[in-house]
Amino acid sequence: MDLVLTEDQEFIRKTAADFVEEKSPVSRFRELRDKQDATGFSRELWKEMADLGWAGIPYAEDVGGADMGFAELAVVLEELGRALAPEPFLSTVLLAGQALALSGNQALAKEWLTKICAGEAVLAVAYQEARSRYDLDAIETQAVKDGTGFKLSGEKVQVLDGHVADAILVSAKADGGVKLFLVPAGAAGLTITRQARLDDRNAALVALDGVSVGADAVVGDGALLANVVDRATVGLCAEMLGGMQQALDLSLEYLKTRKQFDVVIGSFQALKHRAADVFIEIELCKSAVMAAARAIDAGAPDTAKLVSVAKAKCSDAYVLATNEGVQFFGGVGMTDEYDIGFYMKRARAAELSFGDAAFHRDRWATLSGY
Amino acid sequence: MAELDDYRADTRSWLDENCPQSLRAGGGGSLYGITGGKKFNPKNPDERVWLERGAEKGLTAPTWPTEYGGGGLSKEQNKILLQCMRELKTPPPLVGFGLTMIGPTLLQYGNDAQKAEHLPNIVQGKIRWCQGYSEPGAGSDLAGLQCRAVEDGDEYVINGSKIWTSNADEADWIFCLVRTDPDAKKQEGITFLLIDMEQPGVTVRPIPLISGSSPFCETFFDDARAHQRNVIHKKNAGWTVAKALLGHERTMIADAFGVGGGGSRLSLADRARKYLPESADGRVSDAALRSEIAQMEIDSKAFGLTVQRSKDAAKAGHQPGPESSMFKVYGTELNMARHELMVRIAGPQALGWEGEGFEDEELQLTRDWLRTRGNSIEGGTSEVQRNIIAKRVLGLPD
Repeated sequence: MDLVLTEDQEFIRKTAADFVEEKSPVSRFRELRDKQDATGFSRELWKEMADLGWAGIPYAEDVGGADMGFAELAVVLEELGRALAPEPFLSTVLLAGQALALSGNQALAKEWLTKICAGEAVLAVAYQEARSRYDLDAIETQAVKDGTGFKLSGEKVQVLDGHVADAILVSAKADGGVKLFLVPAGAAGLTITRQARLDDRNAALVALDGVSVGADAVVGDGALLANVVDRATVGLCAEMLGGMQQALDLSLEYLKTRKQFDVVIGSFQALKHRAADVFIEIELCKSAVMAAARAIDAGAPDTAKLVSVAKAKCSDAYVLATNEGVQFFGGVGMTDEYDIGFYMKRARAAELSFGDAAFHRDRWATLSGY
Repeated sequence: MAELDDYRADTRSWLDENCPQSLRAGGGGSLYGITGGKKFNPKNPDERVWLERGAEKGLTAPTWPTEYGGGGLSKEQNKILLQCMRELKTPPPLVGFGLTMIGPTLLQYGNDAQKAEHLPNIVQGKIRWCQGYSEPGAGSDLAGLQCRAVEDGDEYVINGSKIWTSNADEADWIFCLVRTDPDAKKQEGITFLLIDMEQPGVTVRPIPLISGSSPFCETFFDDARAHQRNVIHKKNAGWTVAKALLGHERTMIADAFGVGGGGSRLSLADRARKYLPESADGRVSDAALRSEIAQMEIDSKAFGLTVQRSKDAAKAGHQPGPESSMFKVYGTELNMARHELMVRIAGPQALGWEGEGFEDEELQLTRDWLRTRGNSIEGGTSEVQRNIIAKRVLGLPD
């Protein structure tokens, strides 16, 4: 499990970097934000990304996937993170896709993974509630037995890409445990309201009022959901890694050109040392993300601990890189015109998804037996 | 693979036959390891036995060429050797600057005669080395050093002083940076010179530190002499050699400190259990300390993975960059933070200096913590390392 990119991974990285530079600069994200785009991302570009094989990277060939792993997926997500690309990777490929791929419900998995890999479906996972915080089990949504199926009632918040999803995987309490159900977008009793978040990513309130699903809608249980969220966390960390590197690159460019007191401000030691510290933290994140992705691919016994290392480090480092970034830029860093603010907002949103550093410290300690 | 398995089996049985029982299981040896040298006088005579057997087998310098008495081992074999020694919890048969600093430098820059003269003495633990870099007036600004060496026939005559010369009071030779051209640009008038310390012109004075007695010394040269054959690389080209050696030093410091090192035998959580009230659920009962312990372990893990990533990249043929500076900053600061945390976990029991009422380990922790405060100063301060990162990695201007 070497922490170095293989030739294939290096090729994927280059392809993704070129794609992002040509088709998805941050200005594209800014345009979507400015016009309050109803979809919030580009369906055409999403299709192109799927055609490049990215949506199917971790999925089997018989559903149209590439049968590769998180090591490869992380490389793509890192490049997309650099450009804040808002396409539905996290919701569709990482959360819903992983849930389906790990599910014993083969019929559902085959149907939806084929569409996911082809870029023909957007899916969402509704696991979060107003007071559940990061605890996947602390939910109030109920699944009540109804004949052979279930009736779902409850309210989910900040469901990523929920407003455009073709289907939503909903977690609910059933028989004392948690189960995950697939609910088609048009189901009766389902109300979806778009939410506006600081990072301008797509999110929605999902209200369920006695939504009926069959027994064949069950995707998995609470253990499956926890596993899925761990995997999605590594994907998010890869995105964060790209974002923090871009934030540092933007900062360095500014430090090398902005003049005050007749010299470029990057010559000031006070700023150099802050930049050096950001660099070091990013280097640690790189190693942590690579190790966590490879652990998932290898099914390593310490995977959960490595996921916590990655998320704890990336949460703090992305916030550091962007907080420092705004400070490096000075007054213009506070203006909407400069991109660094986008990264600071995204850093916060990412930090507070799937557990912040404090959450993962607690989890590390618990997993370590203290 | 089969060859490596054979090597492992052979190594295990050799170690089992040759490593003295009194040194196994982490006990019985000197705190700072087997140092060798003319003044080597261990309390436990088995240390000398282990040194001699290890040297004969080439295990004091396992990866050095066999022509100089090294083991000639491949990286894979060396890894196995280290694993086998860890299994037995034996100390290495020899430690010191000869192996970690001047040896690798001689292998890189020494001529054949210099290698033949010095490397076998290092490998056999006959000569102990110390380092003469810093001076009272040249710390972070190392290139500002003033210690003079003037040519006199076949020899150099040396006058000046060096500070922080670790273990100079027990060393036999010193590798020194000396000024040989006072008129040149400061980096260009420096020569890397080897000096025999057994002569009247060399005086050594130990320096007590805030942590108590220390291996650090100040070393004075009054008309001391060294033959010209002891110039490494070329006259006035010592800065090049010095930088290469500093790279070895930073790697060594990072390796020693970074990954959960720092002499702690108990895990941080077990330390906390020792000093804090028991909790019903087995958790560390102080939530704030528990979180700090977790952060420390997470940072250590991420740092260890980064060291691994750098090694994997080197193995894959990527050129190593100026990242040794990063390892130096983070490794040392992590070690310092770990000691701060251990002191706070021990609470008032960390306040002992000597005598009754404190365990030996608690007294040692106090001293160790004070000593770690120097980690971000020695071997290039954290600030100098951050400058190097800013300039050489991030491309920020002077």
